[in-house]
Amino acid sequence: MAYILEVQDLHVAYRSREGAVHTALTDVSFGLMPGEIIGILGESGSGKSTLAGSLVRLLPGNATIVRGGVHFEGKDLLRAKPEELQQIRGCRISLIFQEPSLALHPTMRAGEQVRQVLAAHNSRGKTALLERTLEVFAEVFPQEADRIVRSFPHQLSGGQRQRVLIAQAIACGPSIVIADEPTASLDPSTQMEILEVFRKLRRKMGLAMIFITHNPALLSGFADRVLVLYGGRVVELGRAPDVLASPRHPYTKALLASIPTVLDETESAPRKKLPVISGESSSLPLEGCVFEPRCSERMDICTEREPARLNVSEIHTVACFKYEK
Amino acid sequence: MKSKAFTDDQNMQPLIRVENLSKLHERRSLAGAREEVRALDGVSFGILPGSTLAVVGESGSGKSTLASCLACLEFPTAGNIWFDGTDVAAVRESLRRQVRPQIQLIFQDPASSLNPGWRTLEILLEPVILQGKFNLKEMRRRAASLLERVGLSSEIMNRPPAELSGGQRQRLAIARALTLEPKLLILDEALSALDCSVQAQIANLLLELQDSLGITCLFISHDLAMAAHLADEIAVMHRGRIVEQGPADRILKHPEHETTRQLLAAVPKITSGEQGAPEK
Repeated sequence: MAYILEVQDLHVAYRSREGAVHTALTDVSFGLMPGEIIGILGESGSGKSTLAGSLVRLLPGNATIVRGGVHFEGKDLLRAKPEELQQIRGCRISLIFQEPSLALHPTMRAGEQVRQVLAAHNSRGKTALLERTLEVFAEVFPQEADRIVRSFPHQLSGGQRQRVLIAQAIACGPSIVIADEPTASLDPSTQMEILEVFRKLRRKMGLAMIFITHNPALLSGFADRVLVLYGGRVVELGRAPDVLASPRHPYTKALLASIPTVLDETESAPRKKLPVISGESSSLPLEGCVFEPRCSERMDICTEREPARLNVSEIHTVACFKYEK
Repeated sequence: MKSKAFTDDQNMQPLIRVENLSKLHERRSLAGAREEVRALDGVSFGILPGSTLAVVGESGSGKSTLASCLACLEFPTAGNIWFDGTDVAAVRESLRRQVRPQIQLIFQDPASSLNPGWRTLEILLEPVILQGKFNLKEMRRRAASLLERVGLSSEIMNRPPAELSGGQRQRLAIARALTLEPKLLILDEALSALDCSVQAQIANLLLELQDSLGITCLFISHDLAMAAHLADEIAVMHRGRIVEQGPADRILKHPEHETTRQLLAAVPKITSGEQGAPEK
C-alpha cells in the first residue's frame, strides 16, 4: 500500500536571538498509511511539536526547514505555494492542539467556531453550512449536540472543549489529523473517552492520525505504530505492541521502565525506587549517538559516530550500534 | 514503614488529623439566586509523622480545596484540623501565621509557581527573608546545601527559572518548600506536568527526602499508579467526600468503591501482544 503522507529526511533548525543555530530535527523519515494511527513518542525538547508544525509549515518565525520533503497527494508540502497550503491545512490535513481552553475563541459559541472552519473551505450556502455543522457535532457528541452547539467554551468541561476542537478538525472531512498532546490536560478517564472518539472516527471516516504524546501508556491499544523521538532523531520505529512491550532502543527501554505500573498482582510495589534515566535531555552531545551520555549500555563506538537506523525485523527499525552485525 | 497512617497505634499521634472537614463555596447565579457548592463534605483522616497519604480523585472532587484548607490558606466551613496539637481551623490569624511555615505546598506547574523575574537564589531565600531570619552569609550556604539536597548544582544560583528545564524547576520548587524545614509537605499534582522520565526522578527524590528528613507528605494526584507507588495509604475522593481509604496495596488490588475502580480502569496500561493491537 502506498503512503498517504511521506516524510523524508526532514531537518529543522531554530535560530536564537544571538544568532546561534539549534537543530531541532535531524533526518526524520517515516510514512503514514491511509487509515493508520502513528504515535509519536517523545519528551520535552525531543522535537515532537516541531515535527507536527513542520508537516504543514506552521512553525515560529525563527525556525528554518533546512532540508527534506513532506509528500502528500503528489505534492511536496515544504515547497508548496502558500495558497495551496491554505487549501490543505484545516481541510485535507488538520491539527489539534493540547490546550483546548486556549485554542477556542472565548466569546464565540461552539457551533459558530466549527461553522467558520467549514465556511473557510466551502462555498456552500448558509443552510447547508448549518446542517453540516450540526452533523459534525452529532458525530463527536452523541448525546447533547444541540446544547453544546449553543454553548460558550467556558460553559463546557475540558473534555467537551477538546471534542469541539476535534469537531473543527474533522469538519471538512480531512484524510489526516495531526494531534499534538490532545489529552495532556485532561483527567485519565476523560483521556480514555477522547481516545475512544478518535477510534470511532478512524473506523467511520478512515482517518489517518499522527498522535503526538509524551505518555507511552496512551499509545498502547491505540496506535498502530510508534515512532520514538529523542534529541530530534528517530531512535525507534515499529508496530506499537512490539515497541511498547519489547522495546529495543536503550532509551525506549529506560523510558518504559520508569513508569510505575498497577499491573503487578503479586508484587507489592510501593515505596521502591523507580529506575530512572540519569541526567537531563537538554544537553545533547555534539558528536556520536545523542543518547550516549545517558545510556546505560554505551560502548566505545557510541561517541565516535551516529548510529544509522537498522532493521531488527522487517517493520521495526532502531538507531543503535547494539543491533549492528 | 508501610501503613503507618491511620492505624490504632496508641504510641504514635498523627501529625495532622482532620475531622469532619467541610467547605462550602457560595456563588450567585446570574438571576441572583444563591447556589451552594459543597467542595468538601465531612472529610476525616490522619497522617502519622514520616508517612505519606495520597488523595486521589478526578477534577472537581475537592482535592485542591482540601490542600488549601490544610495549608491554612482557606478557612473550612466546618470541622477541625488538628496540627501538632492545635486546631488550626479554629485559631486566630496570628496563630495560623505561626503554623503556615511548617506546612509547605508544591504545585503542579513549576513554570507558573516560580517568579520569572527572580534568580534561583532569590526564589530560594524569599521564605527565610519573609520570616525575618536574616543572615546573608549563612543564607547563601543554606541555599547551596538545599540545592544539593534536591540534586541541583549550585551553578544555577544566578539563573532565572526560564533557563531551567521542567524537572529542574520542580526540584527548585521542592528546595524552596524545604527552606523553612516544614513538617508537612503538600504536593498538589506536583508530578502531573512533567515528562515520564522526569516524574520518576522527582518521585525518587521525594522518597529520598522522606527517608532522610522524616518529612510527612500529602500527595494529591489523579494518577493512581504513582499514588500507590509513593504513599503508604490512599484516600479516594468523589464529590467532596472520601469514598474509600486504606493501605495503598489493598486499594490497588482490591478496590471496593466504584470511583476507585473507575480510576484504576482509567490508568493506561501497556499491554503486549495482539490484545494491544487496535481493532480494525
